[in-house]
Amino acid sequence: MPIKFEVNGKPVEVEVEPRLTLADCLRHHLRLTGTHVGCEHGVCGSCTVLVDGVAVRSCLMLAVQAEGAKVVTVEGLSLEDGLTPLQASFRKHHALQCGFCTPGMITTAHALLSEEPDCDADRVREVLSGNICRCTGYISIVEAVLDARAAYQRDGKGA
Amino acid sequence: MRTVNSFVGQPIERLEDLRFVRGRGQYVDDLARQDMLHAAILRSSVGHGRIRSIDVSRARDLPGVHLVITAADLGNPTPRVPMRLQPMPEFEAFGQPVMARDKVRYVGEALALVLADSAAVAEDALGVIEVDIEPLPAVWNWQIAAKNQTLLFEDKGSNTTMKFRAVLGDAAAAFKDAPYTRRERFSTQRHTALPMEPRGVLAEWDAAQGRLTVWGAAKVLFANRRILAKEMGLAEDAIEMVENDVGGGFGARGEFYPEDFLIPFAARHCCRPVKWTEDRREHLMTINHAREAACDVEIACERDGTILGLRGHAFVDMGAYMRTNGAVGARNVAQFMSGPYRVPNIDIDVALLLTNKTPVGTYRGPGRFETDFFRERLFDMVARDLGIDQVEFRRRNLVGEAEMPYTVATITPFESKDELDSGDYQVTLDRCLSEIGWAEKTAKFKGKLVDGRYHGLAVCCFIEGGAAGPKESARLKLESDGTLTVYIGSSGVGQGLETAFAQITADAMEMPMDRINNVFHGSTAYVSDGYGAYHSRSIVMGGSAILDAATKLRAAMCAEAARRLNCGAAEVVLGDGRANGPDGKSVSWAELALEPISVEGAFLNKKHTWAYGAHAAHVAVDPKTGHVALIDYVAVENCGRMINPLTLKGQLVGAVVQGLGGAFLEHLVYDENGQLLTGSLADYLVPTASDFPKIRGYVMESHPSPINPLGAKGAGEGGIISVGGVIANAVADALRSFGVEPRDLPLSPSRVWQLVQDARKARSVH
Repeated sequence: MPIKFEVNGKPVEVEVEPRLTLADCLRHHLRLTGTHVGCEHGVCGSCTVLVDGVAVRSCLMLAVQAEGAKVVTVEGLSLEDGLTPLQASFRKHHALQCGFCTPGMITTAHALLSEEPDCDADRVREVLSGNICRCTGYISIVEAVLDARAAYQRDGKGA
Repeated sequence: MRTVNSFVGQPIERLEDLRFVRGRGQYVDDLARQDMLHAAILRSSVGHGRIRSIDVSRARDLPGVHLVITAADLGNPTPRVPMRLQPMPEFEAFGQPVMARDKVRYVGEALALVLADSAAVAEDALGVIEVDIEPLPAVWNWQIAAKNQTLLFEDKGSNTTMKFRAVLGDAAAAFKDAPYTRRERFSTQRHTALPMEPRGVLAEWDAAQGRLTVWGAAKVLFANRRILAKEMGLAEDAIEMVENDVGGGFGARGEFYPEDFLIPFAARHCCRPVKWTEDRREHLMTINHAREAACDVEIACERDGTILGLRGHAFVDMGAYMRTNGAVGARNVAQFMSGPYRVPNIDIDVALLLTNKTPVGTYRGPGRFETDFFRERLFDMVARDLGIDQVEFRRRNLVGEAEMPYTVATITPFESKDELDSGDYQVTLDRCLSEIGWAEKTAKFKGKLVDGRYHGLAVCCFIEGGAAGPKESARLKLESDGTLTVYIGSSGVGQGLETAFAQITADAMEMPMDRINNVFHGSTAYVSDGYGAYHSRSIVMGGSAILDAATKLRAAMCAEAARRLNCGAAEVVLGDGRANGPDGKSVSWAELALEPISVEGAFLNKKHTWAYGAHAAHVAVDPKTGHVALIDYVAVENCGRMINPLTLKGQLVGAVVQGLGGAFLEHLVYDENGQLLTGSLADYLVPTASDFPKIRGYVMESHPSPINPLGAKGAGEGGIISVGGVIANAVADALRSFGVEPRDLPLSPSRVWQLVQDARKARSVH
């Protein structure tokens, strides 16, 4: 069936099977492969995207449910050249190794900091506890997110 | 090493991050080829059974399905996965067929493969394949395996595939007159590496050229190409293996699995590109498992705590087959039970036992996590028996700097001698104690009831082996724009190799890092021979190969400059992007490389490097619930010459948290039918951001390794090796007023609670 929604600010129209997940639609139909699929049962958080501003597991949502929605992926939170303050903070704190969970961490952290730019370390840990990273041990990720708060406090958005 | 530049040793931010944080990494499932078919694999839901029939006719008729393959299509005998390490003839019969033909031996074993227009249709087809399997009694733990009443391979007469024996000195004599001995049993549970990126393979057959390309390879591309070429009847150079970005390896990903044959075979069979990506349930039942080991071990000491000997028996549950590197963990359990300590007399055997579970392979710190748990637990019991402080007990027995190189136990029958290369183990122990505040914490918390919880402290020492030989290769190419490209036989599995190798190259060539335009790793097309990423070898071996290539490239550049400047090559001085002659004339690197200059270097090595360090933990245990809170954790490691302290510390802390998963959470549980009960991430628990908020890693630099020109030692595994032991010792320390002695991992709340209950009951009886 045909669906229309918006991805990273651009309108898209896709013909999909009703059973297609939003994650597979983004990755394989729209070729936005920055969104990763790590478990397909909503536990690992690698596939997190923003749907109407809310962090959502795109493996647990059907593409047809995105009809009319505004979807933002890690590509939409990135600049053509250079890094956003949040991305630069991830790099500075060595908050990633293999990079597979990173898009989900970035989208989740962006949603958090956009809503709560003054959040404390416990809050960051609580929100990120829905995203599994197997490489870093999380310490550096939490530091990176805390360090990026300033960018969201100043102008209300980090990207 | 040259010291004009000093990128080596600096916490340089990673080059690869620029693509990863923007979602521009390219992992194998991100790839697509024209006319690509999608594969799905039917897996056995029975742990042990005889295959009566597999009917694929309905699946074949499904619209969108192109091909269904079963073992009958793969020739007779079915190709097997061979051993890559310790390839002894005794293991051959226990190798895994790439698809089950007559028998299934674990839940998850491949029974059929479907190729379809989409992954969804391929999975639909799996649902209509009819399989009839006659169940056999399941050998679901190593104790049952050892009885040999039910055999996985009936014609072999035994479930024991091998016994290794580690020997040093004369253990029998040492125990005969020992003033103190103690014997204990310990065990560690089955768990797995769980890289976040699921495994995947994309293969394309070029029928006209007779060439095969395989994407999604990792870790050991050249070894896997050798295996694949042999099984497919192709010349090695007819196959190109390509390593894309890899979402974590930790030893498990990149070994040769059945799918690494099945997908290329299918691609050639139907002359279409074929892609397969596993789901997480498939991953948990098919990727190498690890860590399921037990021991019955005895120690002999003087009354002053001087260790006289270790002896005993260890048992490792291998799962259903001997896979590529399945014997490594078992070997290490026996050979490295002595760890960084002076144990003059050793006699430990280890039995490798087959069970109806997923086969095992290496997982970060293979055998070492297990054997360090056994040893360090035993040491704290002994120290308490002898009335010696647990730190002092370790100090007395650590191998001393003056004793290096120090010979450890020799393994037979696959003879393996080894020696510790260098270091001062007391220094990392001191640093660890001082960072955690041992003296102050001892006074305030050790073994005490504070805030309703019992607090405990522990410290353990470890060694980390690295730099497996025999060789690594590197190619440096001076491009016609004066930049440099690096090609390397080492493999990148997410550990930041591109940055580290750019640092090493820039220093060796005395050039800025930004003129290194790329570091290409892990492709069989780049260098003549490569060995990959395992046994903490990539930096040591690959980095040393780069130094050799740099020497050769500098010589080639000097020769070319001499020709242009009309002087002797020895008179040319390279620097600042130019080659300078004796009389003020010079030529730019770009001009030298009108025809790119390309050289290959290599490093050959038979010895191992030994990084070392210590871990300390402070825990608080709630005896009412069995919950253990980690209050503080310190890991200190010395890896000789440091390349990048930022990524080195990242390896250390990341490995600690993986180890905490193994100490507290992670457990692949099977029932008595050989059914895997933990097939999702809702059942198989790994650490999350809120579990262990305080972990501190410290990296030290001294004692460069004497066996390679970089002076580097392997890193990346030291963070995990001590974790099980130090956590269990801290819990024992916290609960010493109850007399609790943990002997088995993981220390889940229910297990700790049960230990407290048992200790209370035992007290009330006596």
